[in-house]
Amino acid sequence: MMTELGIAFGRVAFMMFFVLNVAALLGWVERKQSAIMQDRIGANRAAIFGVRALGLFHPLADTLKMLTKEDFRPARADRLLFELAPFVSVFFALVAFASIPFGDTLHVAGRSVPLQAVTLNVGILYVFAMLSLGVYGVMMAGWSSANNFALLGGQRAAALMISAEIAIGASIMGVIMIHGSLNLMEIVRGQGQLLWGWLPAWGILTQPLAFVLFVTAGIAATKRIPFDMPEGESEIIGYFVEYSGMKFGMFLMTDMVETIVLAGLSTSLFLGGWQIPYLVADGFRFPWGAVIALPPLVVTVLQVGAFMTKVAVVIFVLMLIRWTLPRFRYDQAMRLGWLGLFPLSIANIVLTGLVLIAWGHR
Amino acid sequence: MNLRQRLYLVEVLSGLGLTAAHFFRNMGRHIARALGWSGVSGAVTIQYPEERRPYSPRLRSLHRLVRREDGSPRCVACMMCETVCPAHCIYIVADEHPNPEIEKVPRRFDIDLGKCVFCGYCVEACPEDAIRMDTGILEFSSYSRGGMIYTKEMLLSLEPAHADGRPRAPIPLPANRRP
Repeated sequence: MMTELGIAFGRVAFMMFFVLNVAALLGWVERKQSAIMQDRIGANRAAIFGVRALGLFHPLADTLKMLTKEDFRPARADRLLFELAPFVSVFFALVAFASIPFGDTLHVAGRSVPLQAVTLNVGILYVFAMLSLGVYGVMMAGWSSANNFALLGGQRAAALMISAEIAIGASIMGVIMIHGSLNLMEIVRGQGQLLWGWLPAWGILTQPLAFVLFVTAGIAATKRIPFDMPEGESEIIGYFVEYSGMKFGMFLMTDMVETIVLAGLSTSLFLGGWQIPYLVADGFRFPWGAVIALPPLVVTVLQVGAFMTKVAVVIFVLMLIRWTLPRFRYDQAMRLGWLGLFPLSIANIVLTGLVLIAWGHR
Repeated sequence: MNLRQRLYLVEVLSGLGLTAAHFFRNMGRHIARALGWSGVSGAVTIQYPEERRPYSPRLRSLHRLVRREDGSPRCVACMMCETVCPAHCIYIVADEHPNPEIEKVPRRFDIDLGKCVFCGYCVEACPEDAIRMDTGILEFSSYSRGGMIYTKEMLLSLEPAHADGRPRAPIPLPANRRP
């Protein structure tokens, strides 16, 4: 009993540790990557005893600054909702990661431990449910601030979320149809199969259109540039205009965590999750017949490493998009969501269905 | 817009290609520099307090009063600069010079840098080449208006800048300019 509890706790703790630390680090990654893209150096001044460490102390300094700032609440703000909003926002972003698998089921000492925080047979639905609930925090923040600009931001966030959510849900239908499961672990495992005996059946190869649609809609769902009209820092400051101190920091953290969730989700659905091509439970089995036997623990470590590397690469691409494209106008984003992504997702479902029938699948 | 631009995706990818090319080029240069393989910088940044852009020799920076051989000011308190100054920031009180060859000497020569517009007319107007703006010092700020008033002694103590424009003399700190 205690062991079971310990294992369950360990899985959750590992995931939490991973997500929270990467989220904290992402602030640094974002500043540095944008700087290098723009021929700058980026934040490098924060130092501890003269050690600058490439500006790695800046997230620490930022956090200390936010924690020591005044925690201001506007006089006419709705007290309960105003205080609750950042917590709701960050909570749903954090729990969304729970059912994303970071490794294959581990068989140790007669136990089988699935390497994901929570094993759910409807994992995808859970992740999307949590991501959609996250927008309630934003809407609460916009509504309770007693500020028209915040209200505009919250309303824009809600509209954007709805148009993005539908495209997300429709775009992954193809993946679900191929694998016949809503369990993320099953979907990742299914991507370990080989097409024609040599091509890994990763989602990006079997569902390329869905991948583009999903990433586009996913960026819209995380409310980051180029879909940052809820924030729109040059026009309306957005839903968190009245927030200060660490509550504002929590909204920033939500952004980062949602980016990680999106990266983890795209990895699991389209980039083979923890799969390494030709790596099976007992080592590498190449299509030309070569075999490299590996102990199970090494395989697991490789898989977890592969998952994290893929997440890092996707985050890099997301940051690249965020620092390259200008913001969409509100009506452009709505048009893209409803007249671009949504019909294309539906077309993708039909196309996938036809191909599956022609293939004689099920 | 043609079809390629209306599709948007192609243009997005070309934009991403451009920024990614910048990223990898600069990243490669940063790494090569950190490892000592090459001296090419991956960024165009000049890290200001430690590094400085070379100043032009024509730059008008903080004034200084030029000294004679004996260290006394070359200024003869003719009031030309005070008269020409459009900002009225120069205040001179004249005095007899002990040497009968020289007409006058300033007893006080104050420049209120809070008012100065750095037009350089005082340098142009001076018949004795006694005031110059070649110290290369640009960082003179103060917590009070009084701290911006530079006296004769402070202006006399300054030196011309190096050839590359770096200041040679430290910035003189008035007593009330402590942070």
